[in-house]
Amino acid sequence: MKEKRKHVIVAGGGVAGMEAAGSLAEMGIRVTLVEKGEDPGGHLLQWHALFPGRRPAEEVRKYLRKRIAHENINVITRTTVEKVRHHGHEIIADLSGGTEERADALIVATGFDLFDAHRKEEYGYGIYDNVITSADLEEMFNGKRVVRADGSVPSRIGFIHCVGSRDEKVNNNHCSKVCCVTAVKQAIEVRKLLPESEVFCFYMDMRMFGPYYEELYRESQEVHNVNYMRGKVSEASVNINNRLVIKVEDTLAGRPLKMELDLMVLMVGMEMSKPGARLAEASGLNTGINRFLESADQHYGTNRSGVAGIFYAGTCTAPMNITDTISHSRSAVEETVRYLGGR
Amino acid sequence: MNSDIFVWPFNLGLYFILIYSVVRSTIWFRNLSRADKLRLQRGFFGMPFMQSIREIFMESLLHRRIFKKNPVLGYMHMSLAFGWFLLIVFGTIEADFFGERHLNPPSHAIFFRWFNPEHGASGLAAIYGHWMDFLLIFILSGLLLAVVKRFIPGMMGMKKTTRHTWSDRIALISLWLIFPSRLLAESFTCGAHGNGGFLTGNLGAALASFLPAADIAPYFWWLYSLSLGTFFFLLPVTRYFHIPVELLLIFMRNSGITTADRWSAYTEVQTHACSSCGICISVCQMSRAAGINDMQSVYFVKGLRNERDIAAITANCLMCGRCDEVCPVGIELGPLRLIERRQGEREVTKLKFFDRYGLMRRREHIEREPTQSYSYLTPEEEKPADVLFFAGCMTHLTPSVIAAMKKIMDSAGVRYRFMDEQGGVCCGRPLMLAGRDREARELINHNSDIIWKSGAKTLVTSCPICYKVFRESYYLEAEVMHHSEFINLLIEEGSLRPGYLHRRVVYHDPCDLGRGSGIYDEPRAVISYVAELQPVPEERSMSLCCGGSLGNLTLSSGKRSLIAADAARILTQSDPDEVITSCPLCKKTFAKATETRVSDIAELVAAALPKPVRKTRGRASLAAVKTVADG
Repeated sequence: MKEKRKHVIVAGGGVAGMEAAGSLAEMGIRVTLVEKGEDPGGHLLQWHALFPGRRPAEEVRKYLRKRIAHENINVITRTTVEKVRHHGHEIIADLSGGTEERADALIVATGFDLFDAHRKEEYGYGIYDNVITSADLEEMFNGKRVVRADGSVPSRIGFIHCVGSRDEKVNNNHCSKVCCVTAVKQAIEVRKLLPESEVFCFYMDMRMFGPYYEELYRESQEVHNVNYMRGKVSEASVNINNRLVIKVEDTLAGRPLKMELDLMVLMVGMEMSKPGARLAEASGLNTGINRFLESADQHYGTNRSGVAGIFYAGTCTAPMNITDTISHSRSAVEETVRYLGGR
Repeated sequence: MNSDIFVWPFNLGLYFILIYSVVRSTIWFRNLSRADKLRLQRGFFGMPFMQSIREIFMESLLHRRIFKKNPVLGYMHMSLAFGWFLLIVFGTIEADFFGERHLNPPSHAIFFRWFNPEHGASGLAAIYGHWMDFLLIFILSGLLLAVVKRFIPGMMGMKKTTRHTWSDRIALISLWLIFPSRLLAESFTCGAHGNGGFLTGNLGAALASFLPAADIAPYFWWLYSLSLGTFFFLLPVTRYFHIPVELLLIFMRNSGITTADRWSAYTEVQTHACSSCGICISVCQMSRAAGINDMQSVYFVKGLRNERDIAAITANCLMCGRCDEVCPVGIELGPLRLIERRQGEREVTKLKFFDRYGLMRRREHIEREPTQSYSYLTPEEEKPADVLFFAGCMTHLTPSVIAAMKKIMDSAGVRYRFMDEQGGVCCGRPLMLAGRDREARELINHNSDIIWKSGAKTLVTSCPICYKVFRESYYLEAEVMHHSEFINLLIEEGSLRPGYLHRRVVYHDPCDLGRGSGIYDEPRAVISYVAELQPVPEERSMSLCCGGSLGNLTLSSGKRSLIAADAARILTQSDPDEVITSCPLCKKTFAKATETRVSDIAELVAAALPKPVRKTRGRASLAAVKTVADG
């Protein structure tokens, strides 16, 4: 008797979901990739270039698109997985359209949401014209034009680190990991695009955790003259010349200071995605105090949910960069395949 | 058999507590300031005395305030207090009227039935016996409720009941035993003599039918006397000391004595007047939303009274003032906590029994050095203005409020100076809430200097925290207005003409503006002018704290979030389009606790202003400023 082909649902079509779908399909497993947006790609769709080498994001996008262009993969867009149920060994996923999808296993790859900068009102996002987020800046890079709201060229740009990360006041104690190096990358890009400009980064710690990150940080100082100031910005206002005035404590020099900026970039952190949180809540999946999904084991079981047939891939479990997301996704596939074979 | 030795536990207890109360009151009176002594003396011969008698009757006996909160809880307190009072009064009359002689010692009234076992078989005496039985059953019904409440607090609208000390528990048991033992003692005696009212008579007859009533009765008379004696002896070290002390407190308060800002005999009277009823636990949001049940005012006062280490409790309070609102005894709980914060640390761990409970207690505090000096603040130059706008630190964290206020004042043509536009100095209240008045004074002096030099007639602030301290701790000629009051004035005098927004909104009273400063109507008038204002379940004086309070020095952000979420849930029950508040801190706190849009009252009004901002209405509002200054 011919064994029925295995079927796996992947919830989320970002980097993790696309890589997982591709790996599963290669092994002959039928995959349904459920993506909430118009197209798979996730946050990577908006990104211009990637750290540490500043390679075009399009290269990775192309790789992932190729990965899911497989006959075993069925992509459903503009849809989210709202709830996962068990029916014997079968997994039933309730989709947002009201339909359901049956499978042998499910990989949660719901990813992250960028922190909504409006929630740090003191930085004036949405109130002052020239306060933007790191994602907004990346869009500007796509258009190759970094300008103020009135179209003028900024001469002093400030990057504010840890917006929505490591901040008890917004209930986020966790570090989003990638914003430090993103700021370094973007600071270099701004300096290259606007050689006359001054760039300041206001940080709490510089967490250069990946290979060549530290080198990039060094390069930004030695080659591109990016200034780093250790201190958290407390508030921003606008003066009569419509320049931003920030209050910050330079904790290395031990003095409070005020500085005028033309453009302020908020390095927004990562939070558990809203659809992911809904799915976890409805399906009874454990979440940690950082609200990300809690894996069965912190060291050797980060892909396991603790529930049979449900696995985790990528930033739905914790902030991580693209490199780690892809590795995490592949190990999720390995866990899934082992689960399917053992049944 | 007919020996009277059993009355001695009662007698000793009664004389002890009478002497103790007199000595204690005398010490408290001696420790009062000269002015307060005079107030008390004047009060004794004037209206305050009569007012106090009335209040004692209404509150200490009838418990009107508790009645209003919960009728069953009120009945419980009333039956015990008023019932016992009536029993003593009518017992004394009975002993005086029907006894062998007049002016008996108290024990003859209390144990009347023992001394007059043959009394009350017929006529007027029998009817009087029914009346006394009725009073006893009145008390017993309250006692039954008290027992139920202890085990099922929810039945009386109490979420939680107070945890008590060992002395409280023994006193509680002796109190519970008093009336059942009286019932049985009287019943057995009546049973043995074939008389008694409808309760003691029938119960006595029933018991006597199968028990040797005459032999058993003395045991219950002993129990009755012993429970009374124990209760009286323990009174000074238990919460029941509030019974006599509350009378003194009412009289002191009516005579015009106030808490002020340091320990005094009056604050000590307040701590002893607490009945540990636990109503403050039920209203405390830290309890109902964040599961913290050991930091409430009742434990603070108890710790204060018993000289325990209460540093953690003192710091862990939102200072929202909700418990002050509901305290049936009217203890000023917030001010007491502030005084304790001001005092700094104290050594309480190694105190002996008499240091804790004795008559001559001393609160020894370790003198605290100022931790911070603001000597680097240099006086600012003179900048005249009619209206000064002080945003405050918190408003600087909500720039949309500043933008809205600028738009409003420009639209009304107010000529103002933005005092802290380029950054200012803190108003001083956060330091005061932390008990650091000396440091706060430096900031107050600095700001006062700027305000005086400006010659401003009006000082407008967007922050209720600043508003309260400007009004209470600054000496200013300028009239201090919260921006909700100021906007209301601008609308009333016609210089500000906002349109009407078709939005359903609810209003959240900030603690320091509402309960703290009594501003409830102006914000509501403003909101009703521009939008549809809906009522919320707990508002005005019982409004909820947003949880962001600067008053709490230790609460974790996780617990704060729980409080904020709970308060936001109650505020948005009617599913309004928008939650309006008039405090930047409340706005920030709620913004992350609810999906509903949260705005400051200034933002709402600014949104209702006609689009092209008119800038030339200077005169009208100058007139407004004048009327404000003159009025």
